[in-house]
Amino acid sequence: MHPAFSVIFFTVASGAGFGLISLLFIADFFKLGGGFNQDQLVAGGLMAMALVVFGLLSSTFHLANPKNAWRAFSRFRTSWLSREGVFAVVFMPLALIYLVSIIFDAPQWLRVSSGFLTAVMAWITVFSTGMIYACLKTIRQWNTPLVPANYLALGYASGSLLLLLGAVVAGLDTTPYIAMSALIMAIAAVLKAIYYFWIRSPGLSPTINTATGLTRAKVKLLDTGHTHGTFLTQEFGFQIARQQASLLKIVVFVLGFIVPGLMLVWVFNQESVQTAAIVAVLAGIVGAAVERWLFFAEARHVVNLYHGAQRC
Amino acid sequence: MRLGLVIDLDVCVGCHACAIACKEWNASGTIGPLSDYQPYGAEPSGVWFNRIRHYEMDEYPNNKTINFPMSCMHCEDADCVTVCPTGASYKRAEDGIVLIDQDKCMGCNYCSWACPYGARELDRSSGTMKKCTLCVDRIYDQNLPVEERQPSCVLTCPAHARMFGDFDDPDSAVSRTVRERGGYPLMPELNYNPTNQYLPPRRKPVIPVDTQPKGGLKESIKQFANKLVRR
Repeated sequence: MHPAFSVIFFTVASGAGFGLISLLFIADFFKLGGGFNQDQLVAGGLMAMALVVFGLLSSTFHLANPKNAWRAFSRFRTSWLSREGVFAVVFMPLALIYLVSIIFDAPQWLRVSSGFLTAVMAWITVFSTGMIYACLKTIRQWNTPLVPANYLALGYASGSLLLLLGAVVAGLDTTPYIAMSALIMAIAAVLKAIYYFWIRSPGLSPTINTATGLTRAKVKLLDTGHTHGTFLTQEFGFQIARQQASLLKIVVFVLGFIVPGLMLVWVFNQESVQTAAIVAVLAGIVGAAVERWLFFAEARHVVNLYHGAQRC
Repeated sequence: MRLGLVIDLDVCVGCHACAIACKEWNASGTIGPLSDYQPYGAEPSGVWFNRIRHYEMDEYPNNKTINFPMSCMHCEDADCVTVCPTGASYKRAEDGIVLIDQDKCMGCNYCSWACPYGARELDRSSGTMKKCTLCVDRIYDQNLPVEERQPSCVLTCPAHARMFGDFDDPDSAVSRTVRERGGYPLMPELNYNPTNQYLPPRRKPVIPVDTQPKGGLKESIKQFANKLVRR
């Protein structure tokens, strides 16, 4: 699959934003590390919402006909893409109510219930983003429950690193934030490792024989029938060399999990705390972006069987 | 009704006439235009609803070239319709034709991801997805003579490798042919239940070819001479 920059930016940014606000609610509810004050909570919440909004806006850049984008909310009952849009839109007012109830010191029940609903809606939205890819039977590497799990884990990992940076800046006790980050990143790393292991041979998949129905002999493509590329080759023809993919997987693990993990240790040991937290956030997010790029680059659409691939 | 095509892989000669006829009709039909990018340039490309690939089956001397036309299969369980977020893609209840409402499409490409057959192509000039309509603006046209109320590709095929008809009717020509010749759908394991069916190439006697040198003194002298001459 052709990795579209706007979609990579969208999934990474909105994932981090949704992760940040859910964990912000948890930090607020349990007063982790002494608890953020009012202004800090609002700043964090607004930052999360900005990430989500910029992400959603950038996702419209890959549309060829964005004037009809408003119609994307209409097929809620069947389409995961539509569901994601609807959930993201439902999330916005809930998050605003939560932030407003923090600003105006609203009664605790309102603050907690709106915060809880915000966190749940954020979870559902990221899940829907993952399901957009996971529901496609045409791409074996995506058609697995590991995909929404990865989207959630990585979104929350980026969010937890952002929250840790917030705790450092706010001067809170960072221990609970380090523990939270470490736990979420460990889960994300394990899930990603399982995914990378699994897609090396993802089980039964269509072959050139089932694609042509000529199942009793070897089949090979002689000619694609087009002079230059087509929409199909541009969209689905992208291929990444195995070696390059392996190298990028190392980059994903180093930037996405190992560097932020080391930085957690630095923060814990009180060594140049602020720099360490910033490095953790940047490495985590760049790692997530590389992971997303690779997620697209490694996906092999079955239409490639009509362009010469023997199996997908 | 369940309208669709039968494509005879035994007969298709790979002339691309069906693709040309399709382009000709649909470029000015209800879904047109079908944009071309750099048609006379170095990298000619464009929107087509019908593409013909050429395969080789088996190995010499049992090999055979199979010309393989493909357009929308008008699947019974069309995921392209399910995944469409805007409702632009729809499958008609009355005849099973899958269509795209050009006024609703936002060009997100998601339906093309869901289609295993590569039937959908984005038109860059209109920013909308386009696909085979089964010539819906032709097969119901009362102004045409009855025998011409068929998709363009079927009418034009010089080898009669394409048939159009109703698969719900067990006595229609398409249903009968599929039954008799063992017609099959493509990639059935994905469970899209495509309507279009393909008829397999017939078995043909292998033409014997002499591939081994005959041997003997005369032959080895000849081969030796050939080697000398080549040098």
